Amino acid sequence: MSAIAHPLGKYLRPGCEVTTFCPGCGDGTIAQSLLRAIDQLGWDLDEFVFVCGIGCAGWIPSPYLAADTLHTTHGRPLAFATGVKLARPDRRVVVVSGDGDLAAIGGNHLIHAARRDLDLVVICVDNRIYGMTGGQVAPTTPPGIRTTTTPLGSVERPFDLCRLVEAAGATFVARWTTAQPRFITRSITKALQHRGFSFIELISQCPVHYGKMSGEGGAVEMLHGFEENAVPLRRAAQLSPEELAGKWVVGELVGAGKREE
Amino acid sequence: MAEPAVRTGRHFMQGNVACAEGALAAGCRFFAGYPITPATEIAEHLARRLPEVGGICVQMEDEISSIGSVIGAAWTGAKAMTATSGPGMSLMQENIGYAVATETPCVIVDVQRGGPSTGIPAVPSQGDMVQARHGSHGDYQSVALAPCSAQEMFDLTVRAFNIAEQLRVPVYLLADAAVGHMREVIHIPSEDRIARAERRLPEAGADPFAIRGFLDEEVAPMPIFGCGHQAHVTGSCHDERGMRNVVDAEAIDHFVRTLAAKVLKRRGELVEVEAEGTEDAEVVLVGYGIVGRAARAIARQAREGGLRVGSARPLTVWPFADRELEELCGRARRVLLMENNLGQMLPYVRAAIGSRVEVEALPPQVLGTLHRPSAVLDKIKEVLR
Repeated sequence: MSAIAHPLGKYLRPGCEVTTFCPGCGDGTIAQSLLRAIDQLGWDLDEFVFVCGIGCAGWIPSPYLAADTLHTTHGRPLAFATGVKLARPDRRVVVVSGDGDLAAIGGNHLIHAARRDLDLVVICVDNRIYGMTGGQVAPTTPPGIRTTTTPLGSVERPFDLCRLVEAAGATFVARWTTAQPRFITRSITKALQHRGFSFIELISQCPVHYGKMSGEGGAVEMLHGFEENAVPLRRAAQLSPEELAGKWVVGELVGAGKREE
Repeated sequence: MAEPAVRTGRHFMQGNVACAEGALAAGCRFFAGYPITPATEIAEHLARRLPEVGGICVQMEDEISSIGSVIGAAWTGAKAMTATSGPGMSLMQENIGYAVATETPCVIVDVQRGGPSTGIPAVPSQGDMVQARHGSHGDYQSVALAPCSAQEMFDLTVRAFNIAEQLRVPVYLLADAAVGHMREVIHIPSEDRIARAERRLPEAGADPFAIRGFLDEEVAPMPIFGCGHQAHVTGSCHDERGMRNVVDAEAIDHFVRTLAAKVLKRRGELVEVEAEGTEDAEVVLVGYGIVGRAARAIARQAREGGLRVGSARPLTVWPFADRELEELCGRARRVLLMENNLGQMLPYVRAAIGSRVEVEALPPQVLGTLHRPSAVLDKIKEVLR
């Protein structure tokens, strides 16, 4: 038996050390960034309730985190989380789900949860596709991208989720890509300490479905693409809309600097 | 908190308000809902009353999120309820199936109105009876009660909470616009005379890994949140520890059978039927809810006229009172099934007693209205001729 243990292993549910994520998936990076944030704050997982919906990202907390976990119906984690938080305001309620779950089928709950400014942290894993069902178009898929349900390329415009929740009233909003795990951890740390509705969009790679169909390639190529196309907020202010086309503005877009508990 | 949770005494009260007071008396401390006629008074009343007793009332963005937040609240240990009518009932179905699968105690009040679709909001109907049995996908058992008066809106709401807590199931209260909107004198007992059931919980300090919080025919202790149980709650097929298994057919077989057995094992305690004059009856009028109350009155009228007529009113609609009806109606010549619909329960009644007694559906002449006693009496005379 090896005595070497992963420093975050203590947060994993016993018996759940092996994940079901596909090779190259961004979910592992996000799980680790989330646990690093909790570890840095020194908070006990017993204080948390994780709520997740249907889709690959929902499997980040369920069942891997050794904490109370409510794995809900598709699109509804924010509705369930609202009940948990209202009935037990002393719990730290974190929602982890995907773009399809939160922004398509659950879009109405997303804007209303932001409007209520209830003290929830929402981590939206945006892989721009439906991964679990095998690569269908999502409300975040860029135009022209081929998916199994848009064989000639998507003709619809994608949501800008951060602007959507900002307009709805979210008081902390950040966006990063999985190529920036340390920034993810830092923003999750801030979101956990922020009182109010926090939304963190994490652009993540699905090499198996998105990378293959879009031509962006495997996990490594996709992460390189994220590095190239992620534009920090300050630099984005100097670029024209044309120059920003196809890029992600990353950073803490709303509520930066608010750290008070 | 000047106001008591239990308003003991005699009151002239609307049925929907009596339902809300019944919920408070049962220990309900969380309500989520969305406005809909003819159920809105329940939300309006609880919006004032719940804060008085330290509870939470929230208006959600739709009925899907209403039942969703009720389930979330139930997992923190709260007794929780929502109230709606047909269109909202349809929207809630997926999450009600989730409550069945995750063994979440909660109460869903459906103050039925005319459907399908938007239908007619303030007209009574019994059109959602079979939806309450089979509305969510998959194979499962339902529990549903049907009140016939403002008093029963109180009493059966308390009972619905108690069943929900004891069995860890969602329980329907299938009212309609008639009982929801009628005003009657009701009696609310003193607090110590109201039986309240509480869900079983794991022992404090139990090893999270050892807790078997799901899939026990004898009803597993509920590993509610915030107690260090590290509960894993999923609507996916799971085992006794709540751990997902979406691979093995044996796992879904065990999952479906255990959830169903949990309810069916207690069928005898759940099923309640009120009957009058059935012993020697040649004709038995069977009806539930407000129509069952009318059936009883018409049967009495027929008796006064020298006709051997009885009545049977299931207070429990699901599980279905098949054995009880067989006992009560098995010797009659004819069963007239009175419902404010075109015969939703007819197949169930026929399956129970059809081999022994002729069963006939008797809807009101005009759907959405109560049966005219004279029309029912004419029908009885025709049968007995």
